[in-house]
This record gives sequence, C-alpha cells and structure tokens, in this order.
Amino acid sequence: MAAIELQGVVKTFGPIRAVDGLDLNVPEGVCLGLLGPNGAGKSTTMRLLTGQAIADEGSLRVLGYELPRQSKDARARMGVVPQLDNLDIDVTVEENLKVFARLYRVADIGAAVDRALALARLTDRRHDAVDELSGGMRRRLLVARGLVHDPQLVLLDEPTVGLDPQIRAEIWTLIEDLRAEGTTILMSTHYIEEAERLADEVALMAKGRVIARGRPNDLIAEHAGRRTAEYYAPPERRAEVRAAAEAAGLPVRSAGPAVVIVGCERAPDGLVPDDAITRPSSLEDVFVELTGEELE
Amino acid sequence: MRRIEPAAVLGVMSREVANFRTFWRSTTFSSLMEPMIYLLAFGLGLGTTLVSTVDGVDYVEFVGTGMVATAVVFSSALPAMFGTFVKHRFQRTYDAILAAPVDVEELVSGEMLWIGLRSGIFGTFPLLITIGFGLDPAPAMLLVPFFCFVTALAFAGFGIAVAGSVAKIDQFNYVTTLVITPMFLLAGTFFPIEGLPEWAQVLSQFNPLHQLVVLVRSASFGFDAYDPLRLAGLVVLAFAMWRLAIDRLRRRLID
Ligand SMILES: Nc1ncnc2c1ncn2[C@@H]1O[C@H](COP(=O)(O)OP(=O)(O)OP(=O)(O)O)[C@@H](O)[C@H]1O
Ligand SMILES: [Mg+2]
Repeated sequence: MAAIELQGVVKTFGPIRAVDGLDLNVPEGVCLGLLGPNGAGKSTTMRLLTGQAIADEGSLRVLGYELPRQSKDARARMGVVPQLDNLDIDVTVEENLKVFARLYRVADIGAAVDRALALARLTDRRHDAVDELSGGMRRRLLVARGLVHDPQLVLLDEPTVGLDPQIRAEIWTLIEDLRAEGTTILMSTHYIEEAERLADEVALMAKGRVIARGRPNDLIAEHAGRRTAEYYAPPERRAEVRAAAEAAGLPVRSAGPAVVIVGCERAPDGLVPDDAITRPSSLEDVFVELTGEELE
Repeated sequence: MRRIEPAAVLGVMSREVANFRTFWRSTTFSSLMEPMIYLLAFGLGLGTTLVSTVDGVDYVEFVGTGMVATAVVFSSALPAMFGTFVKHRFQRTYDAILAAPVDVEELVSGEMLWIGLRSGIFGTFPLLITIGFGLDPAPAMLLVPFFCFVTALAFAGFGIAVAGSVAKIDQFNYVTTLVITPMFLLAGTFFPIEGLPEWAQVLSQFNPLHQLVVLVRSASFGFDAYDPLRLAGLVVLAFAMWRLAIDRLRRRLID
C-alpha cells in the first residue's frame, strides 16, 4: 500500500485551476520532494491531504483512508509542518507541545513532550515562552510539534523557505534523522538543493500537475544529460553560440548575461567555446527544459 | 452531523487555558474593578441624587444585578469576534489545529465552551461586588453562573459567526455599533424597560441580554412564572448560534 495515492485530482478556486489533474503516488518509507515554482499548487496539494481543501474531482487516499470522508483518521497518523510559523508565542515551549499531544490523542503526553523536546534540542528551554526563542529554535519547535505523536507520514510544506543558511542546515538535519527512521515524507520545496539533498525521489510540479518524476540523478540524466555549459560573452557572440547549439539540436536557453547549453557533453567538438564554464547538470536544468520556466 | 469527540474539544480548550494563564491577572483585575467603578458612579451618583429605588429595589442593587449581563456580553461576544479573527488570519492557529484530527465542529465547540465557562465565572463578579454594596445573598443566586454560561455560549457563537463572515477586522465596528451597543443599553441594566415606548419594549423581549438581566434579578429577588421560558429561549439561541458559527467558520477554513 502506498502512503499517498492521488488520481486525477482537480481543485479550482474560481477561474484558477490550482491543482489540475494531479496523479501522485508516495510509497511507504520514501521521502518525496515536490518541486515546483510559486503557484504550482504545492500548498494546495498539502491542504487537500489534510482535508483543509476539498477536491472538485479525483480520488485521494492517505494511509489507506479515503478522503475527505475518512480524513480525520488519516490526520491522526499524519504530522504536518506548515509553511508559516503558527506557534502560540506567549505560551511556553512545553505547553505548545502538550496542546498538540492532546489534540493528537497521545496516550503518554509527558513522554511524547520529552521526546519532542529532545528532538528539537530544546529540553533546557522547555519553560521559556516561544517569543524568547531564536528563529532557529522556533523553527525546530515547529517541526517537533508536527512529530509529537510519532506520525507514520509527515507533510513538510516548504520547511526552510525564507530561513537563513544556518537554520536551514539545522532543519535539514532534523529531516535527515526522520528519513533514517523510515518515516514517509512528502516535502514541498522550490529549492533544488533541498530536494537533491533530502529526497529519494522528486516530482516536478507545474501548473497543478506532476510533469516528471524519479530519482534526481535519473531525471537529470534523462532530461539534461551529464554536464551543462554556461557561456558569458557579449550579446553577438552569445547569439552565434546559441544558433550553433540549436542547429545541433541541443537544449539551449538564455539566463541573464549567459547562454546555457544543457547536456553539453553531447555537443559536437568546437561548439562549446573553451572559455565557457561547465558544471554538472541539475534539477533546475531539467525543470527549465520541461517547462520553459525558472524554479527559483 | 459528524460525531463530536470530547478529546478534541478538550484539546482545543486546553490551548485556550494555556494562553489564558499568561493574561488572567489583568483580565480578572478589570473584571472586578469595572463593576465597582460603575456602581460607584451610577449607583451612588444617580442613586443618591435622582433615583433611589426602582420597583422597590435600591438603585445600586438594580444596576449591580443588571451589570451581570454587561460583564457577560463583554467577556463573550467581543473575545469571540476578535479572538477568532486573530487566530484565523494573523496567527494561523486554526490551520494548525485543523491539520490535527480536529473538525470544525469540535474547534467551534471547544472555543464556545471555554468562553462560556469563563463568562460564567466573570459574569458573577458584578453580583459579588453588589453584595459587597449591600445586596442580600439569596440561594437562587447560585444559578447565576449557569444563566451567564448559557447566554455567553450564545454570544460566543455569534462572535465566531461574525468573525467567520467579515472580510476585514474593521468591519467589527458595524457589529458593535449596530448590535452589541444597543443590546447592552436596552437590556434594562441602567433603567427599567417599562419606561420605553411600547415597540421598544416588545423588541427588548427578543434581546437575550434583557432576558439575562431579568433572570439575574429573579434569582436575587424572586422568580416569576415566565423565567423557565426565558431560560429555554437562551438555550435555543445558544444552540442556533453554535450551528451558525460552525457553518460560517467552515466556509472560511475549508476551501
Ligand atoms: N484559498 C485560495 N483562494 C484562491 N486562490 C487560491 C487559494 N489557495 C491557492 N490559490 C491559488 O492557487 C494557485 C496555487 O497556489 P499554491 O499556494 O498551492 O501554490 P504553491 O505551489 O504552494 O506556491 P508557493 O511556492 O508560492 O507557496 C495559486 O495561483 C494561488 O493563487
Ligand atoms: Mg506554498
């Protein structure tokens, strides 16, 4: 049984088709990265999974429960970490966790809170009000709150968006630990690095549907070859190189002051100028290849 | 109607209790001081110069018993309106709660029950203060917290429904000006409604705050045959407001 099975899911807001024929299957024990630009429908997908949005069409199953009818049973076994911080800031760290342990009907609340505190490395700050914590601590608490009931499935909606690099690294460590325990994770992000580092598989999402799915390396090999060249030069010179690449049938695009040749190892000798920079192809290249849009 | 799980309702209430513990002192202080100030100003000022008794009751006792309704409306309708709006829009608390196994019914029930309980207690403060000003305690006064609880449930439900209906927080001004203030002034707290024109008296019968004022005075000075009907009316209103609040908030919270 897959932890998440979505088929032909459609969700509209007036004229906007936020989710538009989405098929998504997340096997148990997998960390799936949902990678897509702003407005791709990532958060809407998350809200559909928690019963906070009701699909217009399609079928949704989470942990074997049919949504929206059995959404409450699914939610009991699912942990959610929201995109925006919604902790109770006047209340202590411990009380924040206790309230959610109760909402999740945890049997031994004391033990669950201790475990979550240890996870967030906040045991010695348990009696402090949340607004006395640093940004990184708050973020760790937000993640730990979603894990207080030891869920089978965790939804992370852009867990590190807008965070500084150090805090991001802390949250990544938390997610890596969770993966190591075999928890199923669905994580939305628009950071390539985050998806490549944490996800077993990624699903590229654009305009409400999944356009490609696989292991990051497989996707890159399939759609973007091994290496990508970036050539910085005056406009006339760039136009020449671009035309040559197009003539050779290579995917090519402009990115600011550079022309980017994807899968440049396939280029005929002499096409890629010697002074071009080459680097390993990335998911960003795959994404641009498939949609013509930038991710970040 | 889906099944309501007590564990979910209690969980929602426990969140309110945890937050309340951070500001109970100031709230309790003002709930005790306010009736005292009113009684000193109105009761002593008006009571010693213009009116001394109403329907055979000392004016201070008349106002003091009536102020129970004032305490109830200001500790139920307003916190429900502002609290719900802030938790939904600014703090996004409800997003977190609804991602847990809690349905909108349970969320609204927990919020209403907590406000009802709190108002049930805070509503009695003016009565206690009035006893300090000379009102004779009566056994039936033990029912006052319950009357306050039921009325507060109705106003809490109303407040949540309003918060679930407005687009912006400043629209609350229309509700306080057009609904809360007239209800509060025409509840019979400061002057008997028998002095009002006939149409206003009829309207007052539909004012839940007036019914609460009458019930509190009955508990203090003796019940009449219509009091059970008054209480039944408040219970029905509380139930209707509960359903309305659930409906309005669900539209807001579930896309
Ligand atoms: N409640 C809503 N009412 C109207 N439109 C909505 C609502 N929620 C989402 N949308 C629209 O649906 C589309 C998808 O939004 P969604 O938030 O799911 O995207 P996203 O992939 O999470 O984007 P981001 O990376 O910016 O968080 C957007 O066009 C958005 O404006
Ligand atoms: Mg989003």
